[in-house]
Amino acid sequence: MSPNSLDEQFEAARAGNRRVLGRLLTMVERQDDNAVVVSERAHRDAGQARVIGVTGAPGSGKSTITGHLAAVSGADQPAILAIDPSSPLTGGAILGDRIRMDNNVSSNTFIRSMATRGHAGGLAVAVPDAVRVLDAAGYDPIIVETVGVGQVEVTIAAAADTTVVVVTPGWGDAVQANKAGLLEVADIFVVNKADRPDARGARRDLELMLDLGHRDDWRAPIVLTTATEGEGIDDLWAEVERHTSYLHDSGELARRRCRRRRSEVADRIELGLRDRAHRLIEAHSGEFALDRVERHELSPAAAAQQLLASLIPDNHPED
Amino acid sequence: MSETSGHSPRSADDPEPLRVVLAKLGFDGHDRGLKVVARTLRDAGMEVIYLGLRQTTESIIAACEQEDADVIGLSMHNAGHLTLAPRMVQAVDTAGLDVPVVIGGIVPAEDVNVLIEAGVAAVLGPGASAEEVVAAVKAAVTRQSAAR
Ligand code: B12
Ligand SMILES: Nc1nc2c(ncn2[C@@H]2O[C@H](COP(=O)(O)OP(=O)(O)O)[C@@H](O)[C@H]2O)c(=O)[nH]1
Ligand SMILES: [Mg+2]
Repeated sequence: MSPNSLDEQFEAARAGNRRVLGRLLTMVERQDDNAVVVSERAHRDAGQARVIGVTGAPGSGKSTITGHLAAVSGADQPAILAIDPSSPLTGGAILGDRIRMDNNVSSNTFIRSMATRGHAGGLAVAVPDAVRVLDAAGYDPIIVETVGVGQVEVTIAAAADTTVVVVTPGWGDAVQANKAGLLEVADIFVVNKADRPDARGARRDLELMLDLGHRDDWRAPIVLTTATEGEGIDDLWAEVERHTSYLHDSGELARRRCRRRRSEVADRIELGLRDRAHRLIEAHSGEFALDRVERHELSPAAAAQQLLASLIPDNHPED
Repeated sequence: MSETSGHSPRSADDPEPLRVVLAKLGFDGHDRGLKVVARTLRDAGMEVIYLGLRQTTESIIAACEQEDADVIGLSMHNAGHLTLAPRMVQAVDTAGLDVPVVIGGIVPAEDVNVLIEAGVAAVLGPGASAEEVVAAVKAAVTRQSAAR
């Protein structure tokens, strides 16, 4: 009944065992020793699913849209990964995205809520792993919802094949501030809450922005939705599919995925190094180099250089 | 290693946050208490998966499995607790889940033991302090993992 080997667990997850899949996701979420093995196993089968990122300001309607999107996709087994910030003070979180999805999604949709848990940069590796596990379990599409305010969250949402950026009428300053960042990642813009005044104004602003400079051969379309009524979601899905075709036809899909995996490896190296740097400091505190920093004989920069040399003997082979 | 990676029952001193599914079962619009409890548990460092109003035992079980929850918290104000709470406990058993069910809201004193007998881990009522709410949830998880 309870599958033991990893192969059996993935088999069970593929066969629709939600509990086993839930546990596998917990393992990668924790990024403990098990996570490496799970990720490894998942990677063998992953790469089939379309990954769609949905990002935008809190309250813009991402969850409502995401729930509808999973439904209109017509897929047998869609999955949703909904990411919300942990409280920096207590580490706790209220993950309330399911409320906005429950009424729309069918029972074959797998929804997982994830808190950012504040481990520095950890999310950048936990999320791709979670997507990988869902992918290997046969879910497709996989829709990742993140709050797109900070650079980190935007980056995570952008780690998708297709990134949907949600704005609302009068989206104003918060988004304006990160305009360049959003423009860069958006494959599709949604102006949600089109039932409110000035949705057309918001669309016009976006058009002007796009006129100033859009990327390569894909200009992000702008879709108006009223997610609470399910209006415009069919149009949105049609644009997602159009973008999927573009990705395939242009070869951009392979390039994107390649770039994504490279940056994931880089993120992991960075995390690992940071971890080792902390351990190095722990191990050497009170020792020679750090002691001399205390006595103002050695600068922090020079001490770092010395310690780093012991970590990575020859750190600039090319120089 | 891959042989054991499947089921790591949670121990009480696990540093990762507890994951709690909070819901109202059936037609009962009193969600003020549940919202208070959600904030209380978040402030105690837990991850609250908030399902809100009009849930069914099935939707709660599904959420529990997908979210790999450690506890189910129900809030009941419509005098349906004697049927609904044991039904939830039963559903958890049937699904083969190893998750305690904690209850709050309006439960007359004489019903508390009936619910405990039926397998409910704890019952809290109006005026329960934040400390009591947090302690009840933690104790439920601790007892469950000790019973494994
Ligand atoms: C506010 C209120 C309402 C509001 C609800 C607003 C809302 N969105 O929540 C409104 C006006 C809508 C309302 C309507 C009704 N109400 Co009313 N309502 C109340 C009232 C006055 C307070 C409830 C409350 O919010 N308390 C504050 C919160 C913070 O406390 P709490 O819910 O008890 O939660 C605490 C603990 O119980 C515990 N807890 C609660 N849940 C959980 C969950 C977990 C996991 C844990 C660990 C702890 C926990 O921790 C919380 C913090 O201490 C109570 C009376 C009372 N004194 O409780 C009646 C009461 C609950 N209502 C009652 C009734 C009958 C109704 C109506 C049927 C009235 C009618 N005839 O129209 C309707 C039904 C509406 C519906 N669709 O279900 C009765 C229920 C009787 C019963 N169960 O036997 C009560 C008890 C009043 C009474 N004395 O008759 N109500
Ligand atoms: N008026 C209006 N409200 C909406 C619309 N879409 C979502 N909402 C509401 O906006 C709030 C936030 O929605 P939610 O999907 O949770 O947003 P998220 O925080 O971006 O995930 C909820 O109260 C929704 O009911 C819409 O198209 N029109
Ligand atoms: Mg949301």
